Amino acid sequence: MRHTKKDWVLAGLTGASLAVILLLLAVLLGQIAWHGVPVISTEFLSASPGADMVSGGIWPAIYGTVFMTLLMTAAGVPIGIATAIFLTEYASPRSRTAKLVRIAVNNLAGVPSIVFGLFGLGFFIIFVGGSMDALFYDDPRPVWGKPSILWASLTLAVLTLPVVIVTTEEALRQVPRELRDASLALGATRFQTVYKIVLPNAKGGILTGVILAVSRGAGEVAPIIFCGAANFLPYLPTDLRDMFMHLGYHVYALATQSPNVDAARPTLFGTVLVLLVLTFSLNLLAVIIRSRSRAALRP
Amino acid sequence: MNKRTDSDPDFGVKMQTQDVNIFYGENQAIKNVSLDIADRNVTALIGPSGCGKSTYLRALNRMNDTIDNCRVEGRILLDGEDIYAREVDPVEVRRRVGMVFQKSNPFPKSIFDNVAFGLRIGGEKDKDLVAQRVEESLKDAALWDEVKDRLQSSALGLSGGQQQRLCIARCLAVWPEVILMDEPASALDPIATAKIEELIRELREKYTIIIVTHSMQQAARVSDFTAFFFMGKLVEHGDTAMMFTRPSKKRTEEYISGRFG
Repeated sequence: MRHTKKDWVLAGLTGASLAVILLLLAVLLGQIAWHGVPVISTEFLSASPGADMVSGGIWPAIYGTVFMTLLMTAAGVPIGIATAIFLTEYASPRSRTAKLVRIAVNNLAGVPSIVFGLFGLGFFIIFVGGSMDALFYDDPRPVWGKPSILWASLTLAVLTLPVVIVTTEEALRQVPRELRDASLALGATRFQTVYKIVLPNAKGGILTGVILAVSRGAGEVAPIIFCGAANFLPYLPTDLRDMFMHLGYHVYALATQSPNVDAARPTLFGTVLVLLVLTFSLNLLAVIIRSRSRAALRP
Repeated sequence: MNKRTDSDPDFGVKMQTQDVNIFYGENQAIKNVSLDIADRNVTALIGPSGCGKSTYLRALNRMNDTIDNCRVEGRILLDGEDIYAREVDPVEVRRRVGMVFQKSNPFPKSIFDNVAFGLRIGGEKDKDLVAQRVEESLKDAALWDEVKDRLQSSALGLSGGQQQRLCIARCLAVWPEVILMDEPASALDPIATAKIEELIRELREKYTIIIVTHSMQQAARVSDFTAFFFMGKLVEHGDTAMMFTRPSKKRTEEYISGRFG
């Protein structure tokens, strides 16, 4: 094929954009690795931060992030999957309820994350927690109606819900109609068809979506600022009502609230590196599961 | 070919449709079809594309229930009982009236699990009984000899014709009384088609079979009775040999002789 001038221009432009993206990524990751790797040590990963926040380690933040992520997953993912099953398998395409739910999901996905933080504060902490305190406790000090790892996790669960719903719906739709028909024609109920045929065949896609949603939720900071993340907390949360440290929030605190910003820099980079490794490994897991589940569908 | 007819006292009417109308939203796909289906015989539904024969077939085991805007009027009787009656569970209807689809649709599971599926969802826990029924069904579907050494391998590794026979075995495993077949051989090569047709002739001994087909020759080869549909209406229904030699309606003759369709 003969290349005209226009082809060369287009190829040049697209190539340049690619180079810009790769360069940005390389600089970003390179810088983090360059400054972060020397900080990583067994002590950094396993010790509590010192009183100045800069010395010591970040173990409470790692623990808090993982704990919060697990809680968030347990709370949000089942609801998200159930909603997607309702939308694709049970609701008729013309149903008004389904339309309303879809509109709600799409709008939820477009809400800025800081708004979720305010929602968590207003709804979970003040309304739900406050009501629980008023109903069950005489104590004027709040028991449930204060920031805690529970409310932060629930807030993030709401934030990740749209991603879980949309990706699960997508995965369910990939299951051919013929398989549903075959199952129904054998006398399976709708529930049996969903449980035995549709879900097993959509498993890979659903897991991928769930992990991507979780890895996004794990790194979010804005929604948890008001809801339970603590600046400095040398002990680990043992109760759902405890506050907790979080890697992302720790980065924010180190960068903006440390008395000596220059001294905090190595710790800052180390923390960012750990957070990135955590979310990247989740994403990698998603990629592996996706390719495996594709392989499983082949003979 | 030893034909059974309505006059034979051993073989009565298995299914009846009385003044059946089927709609997709505002469109009427089937108009006033009344038809009796003879027990343990093969009835072929023929007619040009879009004449409604597949729609009619899917009404016989309430598979049309799964289509959102589809509505069925009139009575469809199985052994004299209306399968659309309020108290009837469509799941129960589909156990008695099985279905084989145009495109073979095995589950992405092992050969064994495919055939065992219907039994297991029906609550059968006895492993020996399931294994025994799987073997019987595969034998009845003339597939056992080809797959007996690889029951645990994926059903997706079978050839197209084998997959379709597997779907028939899967359908047989739950002891249906009627088997609906929607152009079961249309995607197969001539040899695989011949095997399916031979199988249909054998299954007729135990089951009532209703088959939709595009091929006149196939209808002539496998069926005892033929019903000709045109534009949503049942034009003519009768003994296959009669239909193909001396049709009573002009439309039927034109279609069978290939003048349209």
